[in-house]
Amino acid sequence: MARALVNVPAKAKRGEIIEIKALISHPMESGFRVGTNGKIIQRDIVQTFTCTYNGEEVFKARYSPAIAANPFISFSTRATDSGEIVLTWRGDNGFEAVETKQITVE
Amino acid sequence: MMRLSRLRVSFALVCASFLSSAPFAAGDEIPLADRKSGSQFMSRQTQDIENDDTSNPAMLWVLDGEALWNKPTGADNKACSSCHQDAATTMRGVAARYPAFDEKSSKVVNLEQRINLCRTDRQKASPLAYESRDLLALTAYLARQSKGMPIEAKDDSRIKPFRAEGEKLYSERLGQLNLSCAQCHTDNWGQKLGGSLLPQAHPTAYPLYRLEWQTVGSLQRRLRNCMIGVRAEPYAYGDQELVNLELYLMWRARGMPMEAPGVRP
Repeated sequence: MARALVNVPAKAKRGEIIEIKALISHPMESGFRVGTNGKIIQRDIVQTFTCTYNGEEVFKARYSPAIAANPFISFSTRATDSGEIVLTWRGDNGFEAVETKQITVE
Repeated sequence: MMRLSRLRVSFALVCASFLSSAPFAAGDEIPLADRKSGSQFMSRQTQDIENDDTSNPAMLWVLDGEALWNKPTGADNKACSSCHQDAATTMRGVAARYPAFDEKSSKVVNLEQRINLCRTDRQKASPLAYESRDLLALTAYLARQSKGMPIEAKDDSRIKPFRAEGEKLYSERLGQLNLSCAQCHTDNWGQKLGGSLLPQAHPTAYPLYRLEWQTVGSLQRRLRNCMIGVRAEPYAYGDQELVNLELYLMWRARGMPMEAPGVRP
């Protein structure tokens, strides 16, 4: 599985706005470049990123070929309950990476 | 082709402007107190990418390097950690004193070469190719252990001739553009070359993630880049000339804090 770096605060106050940051290792090959053999290098990108908080989708992004390699994303959500934050990247060639983080809300 | 010729014209213009506005007389090294790391020439945004471990993409290589450090390999099935244990203590400060003298070959070797010597001599494994993901990952992991430490000024008489060779190469005119490293990075730092700011060429953050490369690269990749830039034929990876130049650049940056793995535009 692709290597990812995820930063979710371990603890938060109820109702607080928290920042989630995530970086994933991915070539993001645009599909517009030509290889040394003169042929187009096939597209290989992350297509979607989703974040669920205790099963509920709180953030979703659609990626395009113009996004650089090893894409970084940062967004915020409101801390409601203790539980699980799951980040999922899906892309070309059956790419899938899942990272799960626990958060305690007081 | 059109882009290339336009580049050549702008390059010539830049070179001409060098002659009139050099802040230092040619040959004078930058005073120690005036030295600046390449990161100080970057935009705030790029500095922020470098300084936050979650957004610094080179950290992905550091994590890979940590896994490789603990993974047994080679005929003897030994991991780096079998001999060196915890890199956080045993490797602290190592990257800040490389390139260093190797007794066995009586030559100066850089960190990548030291890793490969360890692989072939101790682990009985095949050496890793220059700029391969694994070698960059291990180098980034080791360099990370020296973050914040000052670059060591080695006073080893055995390395002096190698450093002198490096210094000579630094001030020697190269390529069709007939430019030396010193003409840009010592005499004209802070000015523009094309659209980019000329930094002082202190290798404080290698291996680093270059946004232009979209990947991590070594100092030798960067040096070869500059040589291609002045239209010279670059030395091959691992050539003694490049190692000598690395050695001289590290000496030139002595005392400056290590910030590897860095991010550069």
